Amino acid sequence: MLDNLTNRLSGVIKTLRGHARLTEDNIADAMREVRMALLEADVALPVVKNFVASVKERALGQEVMGSLTPGQAIIGVVHEELVKLMGAQNDALNLAAVPPAIVLMAGLQGAGKTTTVGKLAKLLKEKHKKKVLVVSADVYRPAAIEQLQTLAKQLDVEFFPSDPSQKPVAIALAAVDHAKRHFFDVLLVDTAGRLAIDAAMMEEIKALHAAVKPVETLFVVDAMQGQDAVNTAQAFNEALPLTGVVLTKLDGDSRGGAALSVRHVTGKPIKFIGVGEKLTGLEPFHPERMASRILGMGDVLSLIEDVQKGMDQAEALKMAKKLKSGKGFDLEDFKAQIQQMRKMGGMVSLMEKMPGQLGQLAKGVQGADADKAVNRIEGIINSMTPQERAKPDLIKASRKRRIAAGSGVTVQEVNRLLKQFEETQKMMKQFTAKGGISKLMRGMKGMLPGM
Amino acid sequence: MFSFFKKKKPPVVEPVVSTEPTTPTAPPAESIEPVVVSEPVIETKVPVTVTVTPPPPPVAAEAPASRKLSWTERLKSGLAKTRDKLGKSLAGLFGGGKIDEDLYEELETVLLTADMGVPATTHLLKEVRERVSLKGLKDASELKGALKDALHELILPLEKPLQTDQHRPFIILMAGVNGAGKTTSIGKLAKYFQGQGLSVLLAAGDTFRAAAREQLAEWGARNNVTVISQEKGDAAAVCFDAIQSAIARKIDIVLVDTAGRLPTQLHLMEEIKKVKRVIDKALPGAPHEALLVLDANTGQNALTQVKAFDDALGLTGLILTKLDGTAKGGVIAAIARERPVPLRFIGVGETLDDLRPFHARDYIDALFD
Repeated sequence: MLDNLTNRLSGVIKTLRGHARLTEDNIADAMREVRMALLEADVALPVVKNFVASVKERALGQEVMGSLTPGQAIIGVVHEELVKLMGAQNDALNLAAVPPAIVLMAGLQGAGKTTTVGKLAKLLKEKHKKKVLVVSADVYRPAAIEQLQTLAKQLDVEFFPSDPSQKPVAIALAAVDHAKRHFFDVLLVDTAGRLAIDAAMMEEIKALHAAVKPVETLFVVDAMQGQDAVNTAQAFNEALPLTGVVLTKLDGDSRGGAALSVRHVTGKPIKFIGVGEKLTGLEPFHPERMASRILGMGDVLSLIEDVQKGMDQAEALKMAKKLKSGKGFDLEDFKAQIQQMRKMGGMVSLMEKMPGQLGQLAKGVQGADADKAVNRIEGIINSMTPQERAKPDLIKASRKRRIAAGSGVTVQEVNRLLKQFEETQKMMKQFTAKGGISKLMRGMKGMLPGM
Repeated sequence: MFSFFKKKKPPVVEPVVSTEPTTPTAPPAESIEPVVVSEPVIETKVPVTVTVTPPPPPVAAEAPASRKLSWTERLKSGLAKTRDKLGKSLAGLFGGGKIDEDLYEELETVLLTADMGVPATTHLLKEVRERVSLKGLKDASELKGALKDALHELILPLEKPLQTDQHRPFIILMAGVNGAGKTTSIGKLAKYFQGQGLSVLLAAGDTFRAAAREQLAEWGARNNVTVISQEKGDAAAVCFDAIQSAIARKIDIVLVDTAGRLPTQLHLMEEIKKVKRVIDKALPGAPHEALLVLDANTGQNALTQVKAFDDALGLTGLILTKLDGTAKGGVIAAIARERPVPLRFIGVGETLDDLRPFHARDYIDALFD
């Protein structure tokens, strides 16, 4: 996410750090770099111009004089401006309405509306304990209604059936009626993707909006969108009283400039970001974190949240008990830990959120390789018998050969794993002295290969 | 960005009027400054065209009209909106006057907002500058020709129509990120090949997304084409079955749909590599064409996508979809520079006929005229 921007800006800041003080000249150079970096990250040109102008103005102003070093000052200014551009805070969904609270989705084709409806339904159902009804008013794309129906079934959320022969407004009104009579808390209305210049379709969604009077009208945008994001966002913003934006496909690489553009044009808060294809992949948007990340300061807060979410509490408790009971840490536990880590989105996504140079390092070589190495470790453990897993001391030369053959690795790799395990075990023993789940987390770091 | 319209208003009016009658299907939707100025002028000059095309929603007017048009006209009408933005602003630029730094800067703005990206824009501007000084061009309107030529030279290598007659069955693997328009493109491609008298078979390789199979089945039903799918399971297995079946039935073209995937999802990239391997196992030498479907709305990430999918699959072609919006798809200029994979088709509308082979000259003309 936004890695290129991070890189480019880090480069700029580095060159600035070399200078004793900020002058008109070196600021101009730096600002040109910032401009290019933002353009390459698909931030729309008018937004870029605006941003560069305000940073320049502020950097040359008094705030720089008052600060400790010029380098720090400009990082601060760029960071602040970025945060300002993306909205000051993260707004949650406003569901304070007479139930059912209706949420209408709008966006281009393929932006990810239906998937977002699914993710949102899951979030509302599980985190907010709402009774959710979903309905699809997409009568145009083949199987769009079936797509939502399938998602609803997966989530165990009620789906209001509709049919391509019906009118979207009729579908929505029937769904509202159904939601009222069956006391649903929230009704999510999915709509067909439409081009902002398709007047007939824009009329339709206006009519839909007028008919159901949603409390939230969310504009779904693909984070990969280019310069045209400005035009699209503007058209939708003019047609509909949007209340928020959902930025999707943010797990893709290096873009996200659309976040800045859309926010700038609509002035509406980005409420959620979509990451990953799984239905859990909907996260609140934190402008502060995003800006920090752009500047290479890392997204430690998101990392912590990820860890908390991925960590299976029951599993962790079991582990803690086991350790407390004095029974040693065996290879089975080692494997369980690896699986826990994978639940958190794998090494790559964890490492990406690490600050600054550690993140860069992780990104290039380590990320993909580390994921592979972790898989390999799991494979090796899977090739052991339960007895071997419980008592690794049993594993001598001939067993090692068998394990190596079974998992398709060399004996050396089996040796390496056993050594790593031994070290982890030692560490675990230290922890058991004091106990505590939080320390288990730190323990994981030790078992990662090559870190 | 429209400030320069105001600045050069008097020279603007003339060229806009002269181009208007040749493209009656491109009435301005949002009244941008120069257009407002020129509208009454058109009315007095060619009242007939105005009565035909007054509705502000251009798409609604184009849809019925485009059915009987030749495909170049269809491309033009499909790109009308694109041209409306880019072309009109260029018409403003090229309206006359001298070539100066301001003009170049405005040109840069236009190219950048078309998603061409910084390197391609810099390259094009350098080319144009060279042409201008070589030929001693003085007038801003001559700059247009120079720019068109430079752009043409850049994207011409992408113009390589798809040849499907070497193999039978000819296997086409479709790949792309989520929501690029793979399944819709398959529906259109099926129609396109049927129009050439070829028999087509579809393989529902998107086993991940909800109702993807049903969506493809619907396209199959519309085109009267067999769709091979499985209740659950492995994309590669579906493809294997489809190819076996195609060989048995002596089908000409097999279109393989796959699930959308982002290049950062390494396991999914591995999966699609496997699909390709299994296809090769089912029919040695296949797939004969690996197509990446790109959304014209995508910015510079399209280039990353091309690189990632090319590294994984060895792409042989691209499809650029959703060109009927306001997006200009300028990123193909960046692709042409860095990873020139042939652009086989462009999607210019929502009906089944709106997928067309790519012609660089027509694309540029449709963009600028």
